Amino acid sequence: MISLIQNLIDALSLGSLYALVALGIGLLFGILRLINLAHGDFITVGAYALIVPSTEAVAQLAIGGFHPILLLPSIALIVVILALLTDALVFRPLRRAAQPSLMIASFAVSYIIQNGLILIYGARPKNLNLWPALTGQIALGELRLPTLQIVTIVTTLVLMIGLALFLKRTSYGVQMRAAAEDFRMARYLGVRGNLVIGMAFAISGVLAAVVSLLFLSQTGSLETGLGVPLALFGLVAVVIGGMGSLVGAVVGGFLVGAIVTLLQAYLPVEMRSFRDAFAFAFVIVILLWRPSGLIRAKAFDQRV
Amino acid sequence: MSRFQTPLLLIFGMVVLGGLASLIGSEQLNFTLTEMLIRMVVVIGIYLFVGNSGVMSFGHIGFMSIGAYATAWMTLPPEWKQVMLTGLPVVFQDNTYPFPVAVLASGLAAAGVALFLGIAIMRLSGLAASIATFAFLAIVFSVYSNWESVTGGTSSVIGIPTVVGPWIAVGFVCGAIVAAHAFQVSRVGLMLRASRDDEVAAQSSAVEIVRMRLLAFVASAFLVGVGGALYAHFLGVLTTDAFYLALSFVTLSMLVVGGLQSLTGAVVGTLAVTLIVEVLRGLERGLDLGASHIALPRGSQEIGLGLALALVLIFRPSGLSGGKEAAWPRKRG
Repeated sequence: MISLIQNLIDALSLGSLYALVALGIGLLFGILRLINLAHGDFITVGAYALIVPSTEAVAQLAIGGFHPILLLPSIALIVVILALLTDALVFRPLRRAAQPSLMIASFAVSYIIQNGLILIYGARPKNLNLWPALTGQIALGELRLPTLQIVTIVTTLVLMIGLALFLKRTSYGVQMRAAAEDFRMARYLGVRGNLVIGMAFAISGVLAAVVSLLFLSQTGSLETGLGVPLALFGLVAVVIGGMGSLVGAVVGGFLVGAIVTLLQAYLPVEMRSFRDAFAFAFVIVILLWRPSGLIRAKAFDQRV
Repeated sequence: MSRFQTPLLLIFGMVVLGGLASLIGSEQLNFTLTEMLIRMVVVIGIYLFVGNSGVMSFGHIGFMSIGAYATAWMTLPPEWKQVMLTGLPVVFQDNTYPFPVAVLASGLAAAGVALFLGIAIMRLSGLAASIATFAFLAIVFSVYSNWESVTGGTSSVIGIPTVVGPWIAVGFVCGAIVAAHAFQVSRVGLMLRASRDDEVAAQSSAVEIVRMRLLAFVASAFLVGVGGALYAHFLGVLTTDAFYLALSFVTLSMLVVGGLQSLTGAVVGTLAVTLIVEVLRGLERGLDLGASHIALPRGSQEIGLGLALALVLIFRPSGLSGGKEAAWPRKRG
């Protein structure tokens, strides 16, 4: 029983991370029809922004040494600026381009960011213990809950509620939803396209920044490819959740988190190293069962 | 004659290139040229699916991996396999097969996997299918990196006979050009290209899009698998991480820089990207200008390639070839 609850909480916290990544990707997809493969690298940049830029093997904290109240907004700001820059430099000139071109462009952005990080910080992984206080456990009877997992789950909940309120209650949020529903029509009705897209990039950047801090606290190691697997799982979550639906992205994120955790817990030991392969294969199976994802967005039915 | 001018021109170009290289006879040049030609086989293979169907694939390097390891299983010396790759089926452990058989079988292995995968994912919308191919790449990478008894896991497989030189590579490129051209002017190819340009219209003209895409997917996986096998017989050494995101990026750049929608584009793009990469690589090694040694820092080569790709996407979205095929200039009048 205890181990079951433990696994559930593992699944929830991993799922939270994936859901946040999936939201960041899904938001841009909803409005721009852009599959942003560079989202993982936004996350990586958020993590690297904590330390002093150098190719030394030992990481020196820069922003990482700030008080959390200052640290969060600084990292978020850096990632948001990066996200807006990529939009201005790469995606804005490609507004009219076909979907595959957009996807390849984001692949190019990802490749440039990763190698830019190698250029500045060197290719070797670096150890970084951010917030050692979070590595403790909270004991509830026989149940031991890692503090970090609770923090991850709570942060995710807060962000999701915040995002939902923003999208439902504020005028900007309504504009964004309108743009996601039908971009051209929304513009005819007075929604400013570039503003909405800019906001989507900014929110996606904030989400990436939060994920980078949570993920780094978990792994304690900086690598130039650290966001890649996260983005891969996030993308997959978006697809199985139903492309173009934010609720779908969240559901997909938690589902992928659950699949990965359950495989990790219940696969026979000698099969465990194949966990990711099983997880991705499972994703393909889900797609076979529901090709348009679990939650189908109406805006994506093809009109003739 | 005019029907075949594109493949003839491209083949002529490749043979001239091979001839020039053997005249110069520099070892370094031959190495670079062979590697480029093998990548060209792969890029033409990817083109066969992506260019004709309009569905992006990020997973084709997975087929390359499958082809490369398949040929390694068939051609490594039995003594080595029995010690290092204990999980291989006994047929492979005890025998070695000649190069042509091994390459052909590697292509078929990749095509077989593509058939199974394709039956599953070609029903998806183009975008979801693209992401499923990404998942496929991750699956192949994860399996091959961890399946130690069969692939050596993260340690490398060594001792594959290195029989591929520039002329063999030229031969395979010519074969790939002929195959890709034959496909795109065939009935299936034309129907597929119609569905790429207008899915609904093609469907209402009785084009079975899913089946056409599947055919192209299998054929293209075959070429890419052969390319992977050639790569194994060129380097002689295999590691799983050679076949992941970095190579996917380079090959896709080649395709996009040249132009996604034409065979000429695949060929020209491979040439252009190789040129860019080699120049940047040279600059990374450094130039001696008088007394001072100027070199770009590590990573500039990749960043340069990324920038080149982004610039092509923004300023010349249909690639260097402009989506057109190579042809003799026509006389007006």
